[in-house]
Amino acid sequence: MSDVREIELNLLLEAIFQRYRYDFRSYSMASLKRRISRAMTEFSCETISALQDKVLHDPVVFPRLLQYLTVQVSDMFRDPAYFRTLRERIVPFLKTYPSLKIWVAGCSSGEEVYSLAILLREEGLAERALIYATDINGDALRRAEAGVYPLDRVAAFTENHRLSGARGSLSEYYTAAYGSAVFDRSLIKRVVFSDHSLATDHVFAEVQMVSCRNVLIYFDRQLQARAVGLFKDALVRRGFLGLGAKESLHGSVHQPDFLDFASGERWYQRC
Amino acid sequence: MLNAPAKTRVDAVVLGASAGAVDALGVILPTLPATLAVPVIIVVHIPASRPSLLVELFAAKCALPVREAEDKLAIAPGTVWFAPPGYHLLVERERTFALSLDELVNHSRPSIDVLFESAAEAYGERLLAMVLTGANHDGAHGAAQVQAAGGLIAVQDPKTANVSAMPELAIGRTKPDIIGTLPELAAYAIAQATERVEVRP
Repeated sequence: MSDVREIELNLLLEAIFQRYRYDFRSYSMASLKRRISRAMTEFSCETISALQDKVLHDPVVFPRLLQYLTVQVSDMFRDPAYFRTLRERIVPFLKTYPSLKIWVAGCSSGEEVYSLAILLREEGLAERALIYATDINGDALRRAEAGVYPLDRVAAFTENHRLSGARGSLSEYYTAAYGSAVFDRSLIKRVVFSDHSLATDHVFAEVQMVSCRNVLIYFDRQLQARAVGLFKDALVRRGFLGLGAKESLHGSVHQPDFLDFASGERWYQRC
Repeated sequence: MLNAPAKTRVDAVVLGASAGAVDALGVILPTLPATLAVPVIIVVHIPASRPSLLVELFAAKCALPVREAEDKLAIAPGTVWFAPPGYHLLVERERTFALSLDELVNHSRPSIDVLFESAAEAYGERLLAMVLTGANHDGAHGAAQVQAAGGLIAVQDPKTANVSAMPELAIGRTKPDIIGTLPELAAYAIAQATERVEVRP
């Protein structure tokens, strides 16, 4: 990218922040640039400056651009070893709490939320657990709340669920209809979906567990530190933090505040 | 920022390979000397569902250290870096790695195009991109971006490739600086990436 495009990119992110209060300025730039390039094609913009013009002056553009900048498709029970560790080693700790609060930070379209809700039900914790599912993308939150996923993805979900150590079948939790799997509404009876930014918002509750997976890789070091600082402040002592398979607290300023609980599966425990 | 010594032509080598990759890399990587002054960053198309054995496999055969790329890590020179299975691998302008789970590109994650395009922005003309055997069209677009930024392109001779489609498509999209056999490409890469060779334009 030439220096001119670099300037334009910075200006676009500044414009988005000033106009819409979404802060992408501390995101990892390499993948953000790719997404902006795709958006430029979609909006027929030759330059980032032209996209900035549309973002500032055409009210329908930013909500659509936001989908390019944020949407992540995940799998249910992605990285089954993560959920197996949760089930076998962390659930026994969670069972010692009379009531539980869990924060799924950056929940996107909800695959992780349903995975956790199913696991909690299987382990007999659903009735005492409240899940906060947060994201900056309102459309993604609405999809998460709807809990409808293409049926062709369910085979992978089912296999992951099995590998996570589940005794039952995933099919107990959804109804297939018109090429979609519609997940049981009762799973999200105790889920609060809410708009929250790890870049600009603050801690909103005390929780026993945070799961934030494949979000930090999109942040630069500084924003990673901010996010992990929020998790640190939200977690009770001995509370658990779970990250994505290629994320770690290694080199984080907050590393001293956490123990490696099962660092291979990216589970950390608050000191 | 990790700058390679000025006497090398390039500051990094990026390499993409698909079907037939393991055999092709088995020819090239063991010939790279411990004196290689730049990083070699590799995307191979492999299934995401199982852990990659590439690092283990090639660590035993290479004079250079072989590692899996990690998010936000400074890209150490004189090291062979593999993209982790299931993730796109990108290079930031400050020459650190970034990983992403963005959608598949050319049906692939990691995608060669994603690595090449980001590396072209980070390294500009001081980059060598190599396209080896494969059945995919991944890499051709990225190679064109590398060339547009002034970088060098090395493509395996399709006649000698296990699967010819990927090198053919790269040749169709670029004017490669070299089209050759695997040993010829290895020698070319070493010449661009070690200090002992003076390269004149």
